[in-house]
Amino acid sequence: MMAAVAAPIPPFERFYTEHRNEVLRFLRRRLGAAAAEDAFQETFLRALHAYGRLEHGAHLRAWVLTIAGRIAIDTLRRERPRGELPELPVEDGRPAYEELAELTGELPPTERAAVVLRYGYDLPYDRIAAALGSSPVAARQAASSGVRRLRRRTHR
Amino acid sequence: MTVSADLDRRFRDAAADAGLLDAGYDLVDSPVGRLLVAATDRGVLRISYNPDPDEHLDRLARLVGPRVLRSARRVDPARRQLDEYFEGSRHAFELDVDLRGTTPFTERVLTELARVPYGETATYGALAARAGSPTAARAVGMVMNRNPIPIVLPCHRIVGAGGNLVGYAGGLERKELLLRLEGALS
Repeated sequence: MMAAVAAPIPPFERFYTEHRNEVLRFLRRRLGAAAAEDAFQETFLRALHAYGRLEHGAHLRAWVLTIAGRIAIDTLRRERPRGELPELPVEDGRPAYEELAELTGELPPTERAAVVLRYGYDLPYDRIAAALGSSPVAARQAASSGVRRLRRRTHR
Repeated sequence: MTVSADLDRRFRDAAADAGLLDAGYDLVDSPVGRLLVAATDRGVLRISYNPDPDEHLDRLARLVGPRVLRSARRVDPARRQLDEYFEGSRHAFELDVDLRGTTPFTERVLTELARVPYGETATYGALAARAGSPTAARAVGMVMNRNPIPIVLPCHRIVGAGGNLVGYAGGLERKELLLRLEGALS
């Protein structure tokens, strides 16, 4: 009996030219024309990065569309926050927001959220407002009064 | 909906700039016809008189890895020097070469070949002697015939003992044209 032969991995040029149009169409449907171009580049750069570690060339279409799908989700999260928290990169084993979350544990909830989103997540006030369901002005006020309260507490 | 030329080029440039390619290749027009030129981080990997990428892609990928992409950016340094050579303003290439996949004998012969100066010729036997194998003129002929980087590694400067051109993998007309360009043939 013959052993199953793993699908060979095609040179990246063939993989890219075979799937680029479909990936762009997919991203345009999800993100619109303008955002799709950046996401397109990101998708194929990520695929290229991983390509040398692939073990076989089967299901490459599904593979690249999965990458494109993840990047579309990341893009939507970045561009239209609807209250959900983005993932943060972890530095020194511990994300900044975690440290802040501990520090701000005793603040009133709205102030705490505003401080954490502003200084832990580095979000602009309009996006903090979207996350808190308030206005940018109110978000700024909540953050600054939270910071004042923290200062008073640490100087006590 | 298809990918625009601009978006396509931006991706290919970014891929090369990010150092993500095992090899980049592109087509380069020249007086001896359209050339396929491939380069890696180590240097020029391939110059071929057969400009059909499909004839090269699989072999290149087997040699250096599957991340082989057409990339003008990756090939630009070689393209510039080839243009200057064909204009007559460059007599020596300053390009690293990537000789992976060749045998130690081939590498020794090609290293000696690179030292044959612009506008001069040497015989197969002389090149064999310089490579430390004075009786290997025939084997040297084989190496010339399979030279992976012609023009830059100037196998067109290697001629028969009687001074006749003998042969050239790219065709004798090309050998003659290159030697005329260099003023080695009257």
